[in-house]
Amino acid sequence: MTILTFTIILLVGSYLAGLLGSLTGLGGGVVVIPLLTLVFGVDIRYAIGAALLASIATSSGAATAYVKEGITNIRLGMFLEIATTIGAVLGALIAVYTPVNTIAILFGAVLMFSAAMTLRKKNQEALTEGSKLSYLLKLNGSYPTKEGIVEYKLKNIGAGFSMMTVAGVISGLLGIGSGALKVLAMDTAMRIPFKVSTTTSNFMIGVTAAASAVVYLQRGYMDPGIAFPVILGVLGGAFTGSKLLSRINPQTLRIIFCVAIVFVALQMMYNGIQHKF
Amino acid sequence: MKNMFSSLWGDKDVELVVGQLLRYGVVSASVVAFAGGVMYLLMHGSGPVPQYSNFVGEGAGYTTFKGIFKGAAAFSSTEVIQLGVLILIATPILRVFFSLLAFILEKDKLYIFITLIVLSVIMTSIFGGLKV
Repeated sequence: MTILTFTIILLVGSYLAGLLGSLTGLGGGVVVIPLLTLVFGVDIRYAIGAALLASIATSSGAATAYVKEGITNIRLGMFLEIATTIGAVLGALIAVYTPVNTIAILFGAVLMFSAAMTLRKKNQEALTEGSKLSYLLKLNGSYPTKEGIVEYKLKNIGAGFSMMTVAGVISGLLGIGSGALKVLAMDTAMRIPFKVSTTTSNFMIGVTAAASAVVYLQRGYMDPGIAFPVILGVLGGAFTGSKLLSRINPQTLRIIFCVAIVFVALQMMYNGIQHKF
Repeated sequence: MKNMFSSLWGDKDVELVVGQLLRYGVVSASVVAFAGGVMYLLMHGSGPVPQYSNFVGEGAGYTTFKGIFKGAAAFSSTEVIQLGVLILIATPILRVFFSLLAFILEKDKLYIFITLIVLSVIMTSIFGGLKV
């Protein structure tokens, strides 16, 4: 295969990854790692480097629109980024001492968990009474809906913060945004309405990924020949996806995609156990 | 003067500027990566794909700021791509810097402190000799 063919196939694959990712709520990185490792036989370390870049690109690209609409809770994002960035740097450090097969198995497990999370029913109700800490840290907020401005309050800040640290470690270790874990922490522990939790999670993914991306760049995980088709493809796909999102109902697509993801995850875990990486 | 600043810098304005910054960062990163990619394909496009199945890690030209800037200044295609990668990684970090400025203008001491913690974690990862 020539470099030109490789680039074109990777570009198309990344475009689909970004498109499906933005339509289903799974980050582009989730698809980029199996695409590179299972289809092209690329070493999982190069794939992790590329997936981190895909996560940063989609997060920064999508955050623009959400921040403009005033849904993202910037203070909450900044506060929780303490947990996710510390976790991400730790995860990137642990990655050196973790065998690639273990990373592949772990990735498969997180992939299945993420797929299950996107199908789960999400918290829509806004709390009217927050915990003391939520007032102290100024984390309560409001967001616009069709029925007008909705005020919401937070609780269980400590539990949410610790879950965010775990999300950060996974993100740094595997090179993905681990948005599913971030949303879970905000949704189930802190009881934040899902529109706010998903957009704030998206906003945080870029910063979390950047914290570990620097470590990976310096360690040589980022290959220019893989990086440029992935960045351009995923960004283009995510952009198309965000335009399509208001016109189609992604529910059926989400179910089909999640079933596919489970098969990919099983394949990753099987290869990991067979030491094929 | 102080009042003028706070009226100029409402929460919404800060959010708008942050949003714009993210957009410019992503757009310039992709333009640079695209330019580098086209140069790379013109020069090496017909060659065979490198052995990506064996992880060797990239050389200093792609992994240090000095190497990337030097190569990009000489219009070496791969370093131009890596410059785009650097811009992409720098975008969310710049966003944190910008939020810090915004919280300073808002005189929100608690969030100035919180943002400084996030920044120092990121800076530790950049300069802390984490290259194991």
